[in-house]
Amino acid sequence: MGLVYALIAAGLSLIFGLMEVVNFAHGEFLMLAMYVAFFAWSLARLDPLASLPLAALALAALGWATYHGVIRRVLGGPMLAQIFATFGLGIFLRSGAQFLWGVDFRTVKEPLLAGRLSVGGVFVGLPQLAASALALGAFVGLYLFLSRSETGLALQATAQDRQAAALMGIDTDRMFALGWAIGSACVGVAGGLLAMFFYIFPEVGGPFALLAYVAVALGGFGNVPATLLAGVLVGLTEVFAGLVIAPAMKYAVVFLLYLAVVLWRPQGLFGRF
Amino acid sequence: MAGLILEARGLDVLLGDYQVLWDARLAVAEGEMVALLGPNGAGKSTLLNTVSGLLRPRAGAISFRGEPIAGLPAHRIVARGLAHVLERRRLFPYLTVEQNLRLGAYPAAARAGREAQLARVKALFPVLEARGSQLARTLSGGEQQMVALARGLMAQPRLLMIDEPFLGLAPRVVAELAEAIRRINGEGVTIVFIEQNVELALSLATRGYVLESGRVALDGRSADLLRSPEVRRIFLGG
Repeated sequence: MGLVYALIAAGLSLIFGLMEVVNFAHGEFLMLAMYVAFFAWSLARLDPLASLPLAALALAALGWATYHGVIRRVLGGPMLAQIFATFGLGIFLRSGAQFLWGVDFRTVKEPLLAGRLSVGGVFVGLPQLAASALALGAFVGLYLFLSRSETGLALQATAQDRQAAALMGIDTDRMFALGWAIGSACVGVAGGLLAMFFYIFPEVGGPFALLAYVAVALGGFGNVPATLLAGVLVGLTEVFAGLVIAPAMKYAVVFLLYLAVVLWRPQGLFGRF
Repeated sequence: MAGLILEARGLDVLLGDYQVLWDARLAVAEGEMVALLGPNGAGKSTLLNTVSGLLRPRAGAISFRGEPIAGLPAHRIVARGLAHVLERRRLFPYLTVEQNLRLGAYPAAARAGREAQLARVKALFPVLEARGSQLARTLSGGEQQMVALARGLMAQPRLLMIDEPFLGLAPRVVAELAEAIRRINGEGVTIVFIEQNVELALSLATRGYVLESGRVALDGRSADLLRSPEVRRIFLGG
């Protein structure tokens, strides 16, 4: 699960690192991605694994549209306007989902991957294992894109110094839109993966988004590789707290960890600031 | 005087509600080296930022190589051959020196000649070769300024604008950079630079502009400005 958290968090961190805007609709983006996977299955009998590219593309388009339709209009505005813009978008999406698709829990039945695997005496769900592997793959792909490709470097340059980047001939407005598209595509992949084994309902995004915020804060805002480690850390903390203390307490421990980091190391475990 | 490569007239520029430039002008001929002088807050950086497209003038016209560029976004202006090295270097701190340099040749036109230009700037600043894989932030101030200049040159500009290239550097490094700027100019790149030290600026430049409180107070050949009582008044007061 940690790897899926990390992927959700990476999208959040990428957008924040690029333009210091926190996407408070991130959880709702995840929810929409899960519905994309669900409807691909219920209408076209496509397994979530097969519809993964579809979910990624749909969310990339949503991210791009969000930048052009909402974010760009409030960029010059006060911080509060930016917070409320994405927060409001989140509420709108959640309510829209309730209105259109109802509040029922839905699941993808008979997924391609089912059952569990015994790894050294520990049982691991096969869908969970596949989700982790694919999330890791997506993460590595994202990392290689950011650090190796011309466009990825231009994105990093824009994040580090917007004016200097513009003077290199980089169209920073396009980079922002691209950042929203890629950041949202990360959630698209994560949502598609979660749809294999998780309930789908309008409120599903909330807890995941919250854990993603924790992972981003742990890793240091805007530091994409560090969110991988932080996401895994959050996932492991959750599991061990559930095992050692009590399953009901697992999130309490995760958020305690978050509080500790914010109090003593507010720049994040690997933060630069 | 050869043809003008850059001409700005009647520039009024505001930062927020505060007007910084009043009817500012700048004319630079092909191949020249021009210094912008003036006390802190006179509007020198604002003038360069307006020319390179980071700021939009409220009034006035700017033409570069005969074409109007006022109001164009910065990334379009670089692509036309006008590079701008910002004050305090402004390297991408978490990218390597090599990555910084390569990004300098981001515009499609410059990308074609990227490798050749990379070799050229490394010949100009040999230290860049050894520092290539280091993060830009780990370099000394003088080395960072060399990277900034080299990064500006990577766009293969016809005109290079440099904001305070000597700020906070040791005298030996200043001399080294001044020599490099002279060589860049000698290779046919027109240069406009900002410098607070009048003697240093005018020993390097052929002409100078003096700004005072957002207006161009005077301009002229370096030798004439050095003797001008007006320049003395602006810089020494009284």
